[in-house]
Amino acid sequence: MRVRFWGTRGSIPVALTAADIRDKLAQALVQASGRTFGSYEEAHAFASSELDFNLTHTFGGHTPCVEVEAPGDEYYVCDMGSGARPFGVHVLARQARKPAIVNIFQSHVHWDHIMGFPFFGPAYVPGTTIRIHGVHEVLEHAYRLQMREPCFPVDFSQLAAKIEFVKLEVDKPRQVGALTVTPHLQLHSGDSYGFRFEHEGKSVVYSTDSEHKLENRAEAEAFAQFFRGADVVIFDAMYALAEAISVKADWGHSSNIVGVELCQMARAKHLVLFHHEPANNDATLEGLLKEARRFEELTRGEEALKVSAAYDGLEIDL
Amino acid sequence: MNVSSRRYANADVLHVEGRLDQDTCTEFTGKLMTHVDASAHDGGAIVLDLSRLEYVSSAGLRCFMLASRKAKTQHGRIFVAALQPMVKEIFEISHFNLVFQVFPTVGEALGAVSAEASAAFEKG
Repeated sequence: MRVRFWGTRGSIPVALTAADIRDKLAQALVQASGRTFGSYEEAHAFASSELDFNLTHTFGGHTPCVEVEAPGDEYYVCDMGSGARPFGVHVLARQARKPAIVNIFQSHVHWDHIMGFPFFGPAYVPGTTIRIHGVHEVLEHAYRLQMREPCFPVDFSQLAAKIEFVKLEVDKPRQVGALTVTPHLQLHSGDSYGFRFEHEGKSVVYSTDSEHKLENRAEAEAFAQFFRGADVVIFDAMYALAEAISVKADWGHSSNIVGVELCQMARAKHLVLFHHEPANNDATLEGLLKEARRFEELTRGEEALKVSAAYDGLEIDL
Repeated sequence: MNVSSRRYANADVLHVEGRLDQDTCTEFTGKLMTHVDASAHDGGAIVLDLSRLEYVSSAGLRCFMLASRKAKTQHGRIFVAALQPMVKEIFEISHFNLVFQVFPTVGEALGAVSAEASAAFEKG
């Protein structure tokens, strides 16, 4: 299995500005401190090994779209945020005119999680099969609603692909192609659902747009069970803890610290911070990652938990 | 988890001992709120002496946040003092140091409450 992140930002897409790039370059030059490089490779090695991630990369700006690659010809993807556009380009290139079968798993239908679908290329290709899996009754309604005049020039009914909506049941495992998928109810406005994907002993949990009430032990234990032993947990870490439980309490999101605590309870192996706050720049996001890693060190039990921050383009092999 | 208290003029100092996590936060919140109701109003304050607090989890930090909100609604204040290195680091990691005024010692925290509280503390 492989997890490929096409969109990792929450709420609304963001883009680096010209000023952001100029600032990264200026800081990199200062850190180079007069060093000279004889070749591109030398400069690349310096950038890769000695500069902070936030100077040489960006966490990216597309809203949620995460592919879970499994053996076989079918595609599996969580949510259709704006990352669905480059994901669609990837599918079309890989298929080389052969019709694709794409399984979408919809956490919920807030706009940042469906806005990429009108730009998902395979939806316009005859012969493509798209199965949109979810728990919400309003799933089909939401997909049709955003592709309707005057909001979008192409009506949902004009799409060339064969599109099916598949109802999933909470906490009931279901076989979808090569994967067993189990949805789990999460606390978010209008409800959201996390998905646990399993294949031949490996497991990935996608749990975004999910607030955790810290005083509720039963809820924490239920999530620890949902995350139990997972190889990768993709977790809504939109805020720092103080923000999540004060000014942004009841906004339906969580924090890096709670992600570490739940994954430790669950003995999960790898926590991936996800659904980044659009107001946070790359330096702030790297700071939140470092803080989560330090918290994990301070509170570590018998086994270490790996902690990463998702970025557009990240791939994780299981 | 043990909590004891001592009064200094218009401030209650709460000495918190042990671990503050999901197992202990309900009991602690009850005790803390009793003191907030009694003391953290109309300019009064609570100083949390955390010199014997070994660990605080997210659930424990939430107790402090609830108490702070309540105190603010009744024009009281909550200060935090004498954090052990690990708890101090958790405060910083979780950004609680941006929400609470943190002092190196109980005496300095009482100095921020009032001259009377500080003088009462100095007398012992």
